[in-house]
Amino acid sequence: MTNVIEAKGMSVGYGPKVLLKNADFEVKKGDVFIIMGGSGCGKSSLLKVLTGLMPPLDGRFSVLERDFVTSDDEEKLNLRKKTGILYQSGALFSSMTLAENVALPLSQYTDYDLSTIDELVHLKLALVGLLGYEDYYPSEISGGMKKRAGLARALALDPQIVYFDEPSAGLDPVSSARLDELMLEINQNLNTTLVVVTHELQSIFNIGNNSIYLDAQTKTITGRGNPKELLKNPPNERIAAFLTRGKAK
Amino acid sequence: MKVMEYQIQDSVLRIAFEGDYIKKNLPEDFFNLIKSAEFQKIYVDATHLKSWDSSLLIVLFELSRFCSRSHILFESKDLPKGVEKLLKLATAVEPVQNVSQNLHEGFLDHLGGWGINIYRSFLRGFHFALKNLKVYFSSFFQKPLMRHVDFLFALQECGPSALPIVSLISFMVGLILAFVGAIQLQTFGAQIYVASLVTIGMTRIMGAIMVGIIMAGRTGASFAASLGTMQVNEEIDALKTMGVDINEFLVLPKMTAIVIAMPLLTMWADFAGILGGAFVGILALDIPTSEFLRFTINAWSLKHFTVGLFHGLTFGFIIALCGCYFGVHCGKDADSVGHSTTQAVVYSIVWMIVATGVITFVLQRIGI
Repeated sequence: MTNVIEAKGMSVGYGPKVLLKNADFEVKKGDVFIIMGGSGCGKSSLLKVLTGLMPPLDGRFSVLERDFVTSDDEEKLNLRKKTGILYQSGALFSSMTLAENVALPLSQYTDYDLSTIDELVHLKLALVGLLGYEDYYPSEISGGMKKRAGLARALALDPQIVYFDEPSAGLDPVSSARLDELMLEINQNLNTTLVVVTHELQSIFNIGNNSIYLDAQTKTITGRGNPKELLKNPPNERIAAFLTRGKAK
Repeated sequence: MKVMEYQIQDSVLRIAFEGDYIKKNLPEDFFNLIKSAEFQKIYVDATHLKSWDSSLLIVLFELSRFCSRSHILFESKDLPKGVEKLLKLATAVEPVQNVSQNLHEGFLDHLGGWGINIYRSFLRGFHFALKNLKVYFSSFFQKPLMRHVDFLFALQECGPSALPIVSLISFMVGLILAFVGAIQLQTFGAQIYVASLVTIGMTRIMGAIMVGIIMAGRTGASFAASLGTMQVNEEIDALKTMGVDINEFLVLPKMTAIVIAMPLLTMWADFAGILGGAFVGILALDIPTSEFLRFTINAWSLKHFTVGLFHGLTFGFIIALCGCYFGVHCGKDADSVGHSTTQAVVYSIVWMIVATGVITFVLQRIGI
């Protein structure tokens, strides 16, 4: 299976503050790839690097077989069109209705006519269970619905990779489980690769089939593989403690 | 090569998808046709479909919705598993009724709603002003909750940081006032009175008004934006749940700072405006410096000066109350902060003009 993301010798941080050094990892097509680790280990910063919001301190990474670090702005834009992202809060534009939020990338980056865009918006909202909420503003819906609407927007351009930043944060267990199911449906039926930053154990075991563990102390990747396998055979004590909520020490 | 073909045969609409169905617009002619045609079943054949994306899904999604609305049978053959599952997922949840139904209210409803909103916001603003003025005056007698660092920071923002812009604008206003006055006074050979005109104009009202407008746009907007952002970040809710009085903790330092700064800035603006007048009088109208100075001193009176300072003080209260009121009552989204900031500036200016009218009327009645 081809690698959709490949990182080699990558360091992540802010100026002199290094959060992750010399990281090597690959994300295969169709993976639900979990980036996990304790607070402050650099999970969200790594996601920022992968989505092009900040450059790596060192090393390189490729997205869909294109070197992201050395690619020019146009190439980066093309790669971004093939990826989607769901932020912790949903990051919906508050002045736009849900339909307008989902239609925005479609009207910006495709040649679809208005009725097709309209129908695509209906479809994407229906996929996340929000059909009928087209004219609602983000302030009028709940946190879980905001995340689902954010996911609909992230899926607007049929991306090959979707990034998720703490998708379960702030959700009740039922909404969280429903979002997990939705993510799996999208992964399996659209063959979309999901890269998920999370420390919610339930989600990690429910959806993840590949993962890396970022260690805040050594600032390196100290574990990789299927999370369930890591739970059975943890490579070190910290991973064991993380995956068992501190019970295994 | 056609990627979608259809025909009606024996009351069955047969649709075949072939090849790559990618990035296609919605076939509107087809949907117009099926709305008017008569058949009892739709049969979709995807045996020769190679690849697909969401543009195929929307056709099938629309078809399945059309079928369920019109009670028509929907059957398919060799649909990719992903397509089948996604269709199932998309139709799993019933669409909810739209909220937008109450958007189409009549003119009278709209007018009534507008009037009620104005009345309520006036009452709310009035209560806010009363409460904060009470907090302000009671802070003379008992130690308030506000942090001194917040007060000093606000004072820095309202005072020294505002000096350059106040100086420039007031200087220019004095200069314009002198030029405009000179055009008329020169016809009578009385250009020397430019000094009196600028001195009385600046000290009595213009200095205070210019400072008020500058501070409403600069500091009042900043108060509204910072408090509005605190509202968006739920910091104000956190303070309320901790039992902290936000009027004492957040509004008082800002109000105290601007109420102190405004009269001082007004004095400075008076001086800068007179300097602007002198610039025109001495350099453009060739009035001797000593003469200009003598007329300026003669025109200056404690009465005008005090009226100007009183205006400045009043404007300080108005700017603080408007800025803080719209900040504290800001909504919870990013747009609301912008809206609150605009409202703070507009209402500050409107209330300053209203206050000027009232003060001028009262002072005229009592002969000041």
